[in-house]
Amino acid sequence: MTDHRRSSWLLLALVALAILTVPAAAWAQGAPGKTTATGCEFNKRQAIEANGGPLGKAIWGRLCQVIDGKPTMAEGARLTASQDGEQVAAVTTGPDGVFVLPIPGNGTFAVVLDPATLPKGFSLTSAKESTLGQVSVQLGDQQATFRLGADTRGTRTFSDYATTAVKGLRIGLVLAVAAVGLSLVYGVTGLVNFAHAELVTLGAITAYVATKAGIPFWLALPVAAAVGAGLGWGNEVLLWRPLRKRRMGLLSMMVVSIGLGIAVRNMLQVLFGPDGRRYQAATGQVDRAYGPLRLTTNDLLIMLTCTLVLLAMTYLLRRTRIGTAIRAVADNPDLAASSGIAVDRIISIVWMLAGALAAIGGVLYALTLNVKFDMGSIILLFLFASVVLGGLGNAYGAVLGAIVLGVVQETSGLLIDTAYKYVVALGVLIIVLLIRPQGILGQPERFG
Amino acid sequence: MSWLSILALSLQAAVGFQAASYALAATGLNVHFGYTGLSNFGHAGFLLVGAYGMGIAADQGWGLGAGLALGIGAAVVLGLLLGIPTLRLRGDYLAVVTIAAAEILRLVANARPSEPLTGGSHGITGLSARLGFFDHNVVPSGTYGVGDSFLFSSRQLWAMLWCWGLVAVATLVVHLLARSPWGRVLKAIREDEDAARALGKNVVAYKLQSFVLGGLFGALAGAMIVLEAGNVSAGTWVATLTFALYTVVILGGTGTVLGPVVGAAVYWFILRLVEGILTNLWFDIDSSTVGAVRLALMGVGLMLLMIFRPQGILGSRKEMLADAR
Repeated sequence: MTDHRRSSWLLLALVALAILTVPAAAWAQGAPGKTTATGCEFNKRQAIEANGGPLGKAIWGRLCQVIDGKPTMAEGARLTASQDGEQVAAVTTGPDGVFVLPIPGNGTFAVVLDPATLPKGFSLTSAKESTLGQVSVQLGDQQATFRLGADTRGTRTFSDYATTAVKGLRIGLVLAVAAVGLSLVYGVTGLVNFAHAELVTLGAITAYVATKAGIPFWLALPVAAAVGAGLGWGNEVLLWRPLRKRRMGLLSMMVVSIGLGIAVRNMLQVLFGPDGRRYQAATGQVDRAYGPLRLTTNDLLIMLTCTLVLLAMTYLLRRTRIGTAIRAVADNPDLAASSGIAVDRIISIVWMLAGALAAIGGVLYALTLNVKFDMGSIILLFLFASVVLGGLGNAYGAVLGAIVLGVVQETSGLLIDTAYKYVVALGVLIIVLLIRPQGILGQPERFG
Repeated sequence: MSWLSILALSLQAAVGFQAASYALAATGLNVHFGYTGLSNFGHAGFLLVGAYGMGIAADQGWGLGAGLALGIGAAVVLGLLLGIPTLRLRGDYLAVVTIAAAEILRLVANARPSEPLTGGSHGITGLSARLGFFDHNVVPSGTYGVGDSFLFSSRQLWAMLWCWGLVAVATLVVHLLARSPWGRVLKAIREDEDAARALGKNVVAYKLQSFVLGGLFGALAGAMIVLEAGNVSAGTWVATLTFALYTVVILGGTGTVLGPVVGAAVYWFILRLVEGILTNLWFDIDSSTVGAVRLALMGVGLMLLMIFRPQGILGSRKEMLADAR
């Protein structure tokens, strides 16, 4: 019991932390989100304007460097163009930094900027790049770009880190909502349900169909949850309860759930089509600056919804009779039955909860990406990872595991190649299973 | 397409290369799941290392033997690396770890930074030509068979010869091992791990040996698959492949010597039959829908088998794997 209490406090602390992150980060640094454009962008229209007429056959461009945050043009720099080692043109830039090197015709040219002629304060990003050796002109004229000033690409600000961490938190919260059901079902029946992925997908598809029928997105979410609850109930009553009555082994049941998942997933591909689709509500989202964070309205709504759902679930498990019964069945079904709890009814309720939560998770996950027949199976391993990370069968553990995983997965993209994002998440799963198989919050005695 | 030719094509699939490669891979899985009771859900990972062993050998300009050695070596290393820490885990945990490990291998092979070695998402192409797999073909060129549909090219026959040959060897190995004291210990572990331990058997060591042996067969199957296809890419070695192999093992008879062979033949016969019937009745069906229907059918088949006939075609209900822990 104390263990449960401790974990519920931990969960509350975590949720509080999640809610506090946004304003705290905003307070920590009031800087506005940086703009990606430097003001040094240059195009042909501007070149024609600067040239005061058509460019003709030419290699053109503008020497511009960001100095003290302002785009500044280099005047008096000397450039030459040569073809096959023979110089064909030489110009000196004017006050607008623009150069137009006339050339005889199409071909490949070498364009050289004499770094010594650059005005004070200007420098090439890389000294090697004073010569553009292979400027290929195919359509009469061609832009040549010399990179000036310190290389700012790839440098990240505090804002980038904070935003990525919060996006990771958002993914973690969504995974948590989807994973709690998996953990609850495991807790009361011992089944590792591979077909949970399809409950997630079906939720997202239900909401998609509902929005297409004219229901507003945020109303389609509870509709999907209700349908998900029905599907979970159907799962239990039509399949798993009869199998339990046949005393089927847990491993065999796991294989059955794999078969069910594959069957449903591929039927969905036939019925829903192989392409991903987007919710209307997912379109037109723009990043807004909240302190150092750059988030969309949807990001905020998703985090808010997930937090509310998780709080409601915690309340249900901690403070209601049904929740107490669920925890009793998870602890020891025989003991629960002998103390007057209708175990089958509780398991049905758990399946309904699992279905509804999976559906909500699916809808919110699809809101950030798209609705696709295999979306559930793609995140299934991360759901497993969340559940295992927190401790199999421990609902709070699943929430904690998912949040850790979401943040680790997203922020790892800042340090290593993003291709390894999922590898990191799965690696965490394996390492946790090896060094602490009961998970972060799991009780050791249940596991062997 | 006439119904007769659909039947002929289905029969062709049942004895063809794909059935052979599935039989070989499933023989390995049968050692794990059928004889030892290990829920290895990452068998596709063993096939992957065998396949990329060949691919990398071709890319580096090494020979066929080097590719085979590389694949087998990698499978042994993978088996030990994955097995030593995980084989103490309970059934469902082992399932999740192995499936995650196989996914990691696939994602890494597919990632851009791995491109110099694995070709990334493009994979490695033209490898059987570079390795000269078909240069040694002893079957004179031409087509062999009866009727208009039950036909094999000499290339197909060469690949089939190799793959069925390996299946025969693997099956013989399993047959001999299953009758040996070693095999009896494996079965004892499957039935009751604690009892086997109480009798003084080093359970983890036996499990590890079984894991490496089965993984080896898987790697051989992966190598054969890419030799026949001529290219290797990461998209092939997905979890669904592992589950298809489970269907094959369970269909044939879990824990029986010939189960994987019978299972693979029947599996491919049914798949081709359904494909033929679908394309015959439903004219504008596209290939991705056919693939999806086929997989949906496999899923339903796996469910029904597990519920109503878990011993498969050859197994006996008494000796079937009811609840491996």
